[in-house]
Amino acid sequence: MYRYDEYDHRILAERVEQFRDQVGRRIAGDISEDEFKPLRLMNGLYLQLHAYMLRVAIPYGMLSSTQLRKLAYIARRFDKGYGHFTTRQNIQYHWIKLEQAPDILGELAEVEMHAIQTSGNCVRNTTADQFAGVAFDEIEDPRVWCEIVRQWSTFHPEFSFLPRKFKIAITGSPHDRAALCVHDIGLRMHRDAAGEIGFEVMVGGGQGRTPMLAETIRPFLPKQYLLSYLEAILRVYNQLGRRDNIHKARIKILVGAVGAAEFARLVEAEWQASRNEDLELPAAEFERIHAHFALPPYEALPAETPAFHAKRFENREFARWVRTNVSRHKQPGYAIVTVSLKPEGGVPGDASDRQMEAMADIAERFSFGEVRVTHEQNLVLAHVKEADLYELWRNLGFFDLAAANAGLITDIIACPGLDYCSLANARSIPVSQAIGRRFADPERQARIGELKIKISGCINACGHHHVGHIGILGVDKKGEEFYQITLGGSADETAALGDIVGPAFAYDRVVDAVDTIVDTYLGIRIEGERFLDTYRRVGLQPFKERLYGAR
Amino acid sequence: MALVKNGTLVADDEWRFVAEADEIPAEGAVVVTARRWLKERDRFAGRNAPTGIKIEAGDDIKALAADIDRFGLVAVDFPKFNDGRGYSTAHLLRERYGYKGEIRAVGRVLRDSLLYMHRCGFDAFDIVDKDPLGAWRQKLGEMSVFYQPATDDRTPARELRHPRRPLARAS
Amino acid sequence: MTQEIVTANRLRDGAVVYLAPEGYWSERLADAVVVEGEVAAAELLGTAEAAVKAQIVVAPYRADVTLESGLPVPRTTKERIRSRGPSIHPELGKQAEGQPA
Ligand code: SF4
Repeated sequence: MYRYDEYDHRILAERVEQFRDQVGRRIAGDISEDEFKPLRLMNGLYLQLHAYMLRVAIPYGMLSSTQLRKLAYIARRFDKGYGHFTTRQNIQYHWIKLEQAPDILGELAEVEMHAIQTSGNCVRNTTADQFAGVAFDEIEDPRVWCEIVRQWSTFHPEFSFLPRKFKIAITGSPHDRAALCVHDIGLRMHRDAAGEIGFEVMVGGGQGRTPMLAETIRPFLPKQYLLSYLEAILRVYNQLGRRDNIHKARIKILVGAVGAAEFARLVEAEWQASRNEDLELPAAEFERIHAHFALPPYEALPAETPAFHAKRFENREFARWVRTNVSRHKQPGYAIVTVSLKPEGGVPGDASDRQMEAMADIAERFSFGEVRVTHEQNLVLAHVKEADLYELWRNLGFFDLAAANAGLITDIIACPGLDYCSLANARSIPVSQAIGRRFADPERQARIGELKIKISGCINACGHHHVGHIGILGVDKKGEEFYQITLGGSADETAALGDIVGPAFAYDRVVDAVDTIVDTYLGIRIEGERFLDTYRRVGLQPFKERLYGAR
Repeated sequence: MALVKNGTLVADDEWRFVAEADEIPAEGAVVVTARRWLKERDRFAGRNAPTGIKIEAGDDIKALAADIDRFGLVAVDFPKFNDGRGYSTAHLLRERYGYKGEIRAVGRVLRDSLLYMHRCGFDAFDIVDKDPLGAWRQKLGEMSVFYQPATDDRTPARELRHPRRPLARAS
Repeated sequence: MTQEIVTANRLRDGAVVYLAPEGYWSERLADAVVVEGEVAAAELLGTAEAAVKAQIVVAPYRADVTLESGLPVPRTTKERIRSRGPSIHPELGKQAEGQPA
């Protein structure tokens, strides 16, 4: 993964001192909260229900064991012993003190981490496929481009005060694990007819109040032009995006208003006018960054590992975990492991300091000291020998990290919701815990098959409810928590926004409603169908009838 | 509020900003709104003193492109600290339209905006701060390395990293 | 008539605090001054401004409560959670410090 050189280090060190000065000025009363707020937000510091919340960037989800140990240390020393991995592949701490924030940033800088641009109307952390570099069907490693975008967008002088926040995601595989279609810009690497690699450029996706799927404005951009093309998009948006209404300021609204074709024309015109070779990355710099993403020194192994398969027959729980949490690797004899942060009764995405340290150790022992964070709030070990899987699984089990549910109904995405978030209408986490308990039986989960539930505590949709197979949105009815359910959303290459099934359910009715939906699906599915397939075949009606028919 | 230009405090600014409805004085350097310029540009032809324009956020600067060399000053207004349109305006003035004269940031020009403004091509700043010059010095000195090329002559990190290598596109 | 209190977060650590008698900011809801009616509530919020200027608290606002056995009890889920701590972590926050909510 990318390692800092002296320049990267200097940028971070200067940033920490700058923020220390700003915090000092605020506490001394030299600047008001109004002036300070945008400055602290640019350093990822929010004021939430119980304390400040610090959002630390994990660039495209990549962590080293050293960095993860530092995150554990910060959780213990400055927080209450845990952190929350988010749908943007970042980590949040919920109990931060303003006066300690500069010290925390100093600690993070020691391990090449920061909270820069994790908030504010700027280009946020670029997200990527968590299987980048190791997916068997990958065309090119998107992380190289993510790092290029990270450097280009960090403290970009022209695009730090955009109309609204701006999120970019990149994948290099045909199967979209990064939810491209709900990003302001989604970049999909593919080959053109001549075999050249480039980006399909999609613009204007997003969730929130007005969910929209991104539209393609350029089917193929030769990859060397990425930065100048991104500048052209951002310049058009910076000038024309709405600033009069915060709810209409995202680029999706602009793209929707002028139409994707016209937006594409504006971008092309800007790009042609500003074509500037200086902006593209010098070849030597490309090579330098590229070299950081070389694959680790794998051993040459046979494609089949008999001992591993033998264990699967011996141990049913292990076999179950392998089926759900282990994915195919491009290197023979290796596997990709998804470590679920969704144990029964747990908080989706939360990890304690001890779990983080255990993961750091386990990654060092089994996966070249590298851990990845997924937008589904799980962790990934990307380079595990099949022969080590059993031992790895046992070790994960000691730390409550061996839940065999990746992609199943209890692998729920949930935002912090009203337990922490000052914008929330309703709690998300207790709903996910209750669903987790209701469907805890592994046999039943296996029978249900792939089913993604996503929960947000308000319309901001940090929990991606619009693209959940079952989406749950917290709404406020006269101070009471209610939940609106959507069906049929999807965030992959077959992206779709969910349809609202009907009136919202009260807090104590929502798990029953999910149960009814699942039951309906099981009753009408055709052999081999996943929930999404059944939904796409039959639509809302059967679910509506079962949920509301009796009334 | 005070004007800082090329790193020094300007006590006697020669430019007079004329409000939309006010008479344009016969003598002296004046700054008029872009809108007014576009409406009344012929009136300025015979005027024997420098003219500047003030671009407001949302103005279409393409319309001014043909006249750009006639302006002694372009003031770019920031209605709010976090309204970033002016950054693109300055960039375009310098890079697209080749404007070489003074570009002055006016409006909500706060301490924490100065560095980015400078990087986008501004060279004069009407700073809202109790210590404008101190603000300028502190903020311009705070960062010494930059990732991306911009409209200034700071050498970005990606070039510092490869000192003697000629520039070439990645392939 | 509804009863109200004034609450905010403390600047230095973000902790939830309540405006108590004599302009003191308490971490305990039980200490909060409870007022009735628009005039009294607006006035109470007005007195909080001094603490904003003095860099003690951030963004004070009014919140509805009911009185139960003489103690203020929040009317919304949000204020209930603020006064106690996260509902999913009974071992954390004010609720863990043995405070009456
Ligand atoms: S979706 Fe709403 S409640 Fe959930 S974290 Fe985002 S802003 Fe907070």
